[in-house]
Amino acid sequence: MKALKRNKWPLLFTGINIILFITFFLVPAILGFYYSLTDYKGYSTANFVGFSNYVQLFQDGSFYKSLFRTFRYTITLVPLVYIVSLGVALMLNSDHTKGKFLAKIIFFLPWTISGIITGVIFRWLFGESFGFINYVITLMHGKAVPWFTNSNTAFMVIIFAAIWAGTAFNMLQFLSALKNIPRSLYEAADIDGATAWHKFWYITLPSLKPTSFMVILLATIGAMKEFALVQSLTNGGPGTDNMFIVQYIYTTGFDKMNVGYASAASMVLFAILLILGLVQMKIGGRTNE
Amino acid sequence: MNDSAALSNKKKKKYSVSRLHDRTSTTLLTVALVIICIIYLFPLLWFVLSSFKPGSELFAYPLTIFPKNPTFNNFKEAWTSLDFIRYFGNTLIAAVGTTVLTVLASATCGYAFAKYNAKWLRFFFVCIIATTMLPTEVIMNPTFTVIRSLGLYDNLAGIIIPSINTATGIFMFRTFFVSVPDDLMESARVDGASDGTIFFKIMLPIARPIIMTLSIFSFQWRWNDYIWPLIVLNDPKKYTLQVALRSLVGAENINWTILIAASVISIIPILLVFIVFQRYILDSGATTGLKD
Repeated sequence: MKALKRNKWPLLFTGINIILFITFFLVPAILGFYYSLTDYKGYSTANFVGFSNYVQLFQDGSFYKSLFRTFRYTITLVPLVYIVSLGVALMLNSDHTKGKFLAKIIFFLPWTISGIITGVIFRWLFGESFGFINYVITLMHGKAVPWFTNSNTAFMVIIFAAIWAGTAFNMLQFLSALKNIPRSLYEAADIDGATAWHKFWYITLPSLKPTSFMVILLATIGAMKEFALVQSLTNGGPGTDNMFIVQYIYTTGFDKMNVGYASAASMVLFAILLILGLVQMKIGGRTNE
Repeated sequence: MNDSAALSNKKKKKYSVSRLHDRTSTTLLTVALVIICIIYLFPLLWFVLSSFKPGSELFAYPLTIFPKNPTFNNFKEAWTSLDFIRYFGNTLIAAVGTTVLTVLASATCGYAFAKYNAKWLRFFFVCIIATTMLPTEVIMNPTFTVIRSLGLYDNLAGIIIPSINTATGIFMFRTFFVSVPDDLMESARVDGASDGTIFFKIMLPIARPIIMTLSIFSFQWRWNDYIWPLIVLNDPKKYTLQVALRSLVGAENINWTILIAASVISIIPILLVFIVFQRYILDSGATTGLKD
C-alpha cells in the first residue's frame, strides 16, 4: 500500500506508455515468435510446426538475396551518409563560408519530403528516356544509362536518393555537437601552430565521438528497415534484385499470406538488429554519458 | 622601443598574410558550399519546375530547365483525378491526433524518468531504449493481428494509437527535465501542490521549446508515414496521402503529369510547417538523438 502510494505519480505519468509498450511492442514480439513456429496463413488456425520455417528459411535463396542486398545497402549507405553529413556540417560551422542560413534551409528541405515522394523525384530525375541525368549524359556525347533495368545502377540511384534524403537529419546532429566544442581548444591549437587537418583530427573528430556513434547507430537501423523509398523508386526491381528485407517480409506476410514464414524472417532480422545494437552500444557506451 | 616596433611590424605582416589566406579559403569554401547547395536543391527544383510543364513539354527534347509554356493545368487535373480533400483530411486527422497525444505522453513519461527514482522505472527505461533498436516495422504481421483484434483495422485510430509511444519524444523530454533543478519541485511540494499540479502548472509550461520541436517532428513523421497506413487502411476512402500517391506510382503506366503535380501538392503543407517553424528545428540542440 505504501509502495503504491509512493509510486502513484510516476505510475500515472508512465501508465499510458507502459500499456502502449505492452500492446504494440511486447505482445507483437511474443506473437511473432509464436507465429514463426507455426504455418499460420492469416486466417483459420495455426498449426505448430516447430522450427521448420527457420530450416526452410536458411535454405531459401530469395531470403538470402534480400538479406544480403540489405546488408550491402547498409554498408554502402552508412559511411557515405556519415561523411557527407559531417562535411556539410563542417562547412556550415566554418568561419569561412557565407550564406549559411540559406544553405542550412536548402540542406534541410529534403527532410520534409516523404520516402515515397523522394522515390518519385529520383525516378523522374534518372528516367531512362526523358530523365534529366540521361539528357545531360547524351548532351556530353555519352551513352544514356539504363538506370533502372540494371540492378547495380538501380542500386546506385537508391543510394543517391537515400543520401539526399538522409543528410538533413544527420547534419543537424553534427551541427549541434560542433557548436558545443569549446573554441578555446582551437585557439590553443592555433598558438601551437596546428594545421586545419590536425585540428580536425585531434580536436573535432574526438569531440564528435558520442554524436558519431549515435548517427551511425540510427543510420544503420534506418537502412536495415528501408521500405518506402525503394518501393516507389524501383519497387525492388529490376525483378527482385533490389528487394530489401522489410519488403521481403511484407510481400511474404501480406501479399502471399505466409504469416508463419514471414514471422520467422522477422525474428531473424530482429536478432540481427539486436546484435548490431548491442555491439554498437558496447563500443559507443564508453564514450556516452 | 625599436624592438617592440619591429615586433609589431612583424606581427602586422603575419596578420596580413593570414588575412589573405583567410580570404582565399573563404572564397574557395563558399564556392564549394554553393555547388553542393545546387546539387541538393536541383532534384527538388527540377521536379517542381516539371510540374508546371504541359504534358507535351515533359517528353520533348531538348529538355529545358524552365517551362516554356508554364501551366497550372497539371495541378487542376491532379486535383480532380485524386480525391485530395479527403486524403488531406485523413492525413491531417492522423498527423494532428498523433502529435497531440505523443507530446502529452512523452512529456509525462520523460518527466517521470527524469524526476522519480524506482527500480521499475529504470527497467521500463531500458524497454523504451529497446524499441528504438527493434522497430515494429520488423514485426508487421503480429502487430497487424493486434491492431485487428482491437478493432482498429481500417480505422484512422489504428494508425494513431500505435504511433503514440515514441522513444525519441520521451528522450527529448527526459533530457530537458533532468536539466531542470529539483528545488523547483521541492518548493512547490512544500507549498502543498500535488505532483500532478506541479507537472501541469510548472513543468509543462517551461518545456515549451521541447513541445514545439517534438510537435514539428511528430507531424512530419506522421504526414509522411507510409508503412502503417498501408497495412492498417483498406478502404481507399480512408487512405492517407502517401498511400494514395503510392497507387499512382505503382500503376502499370505511370501518368507523370498527374503524379508530379499530385506529389508537389502533397509536399506543400509540410513545407509550410517547416518554413514557419524552421527555427525550432534548425536552431535548437533539442533535436539531438531523435529519429523515428
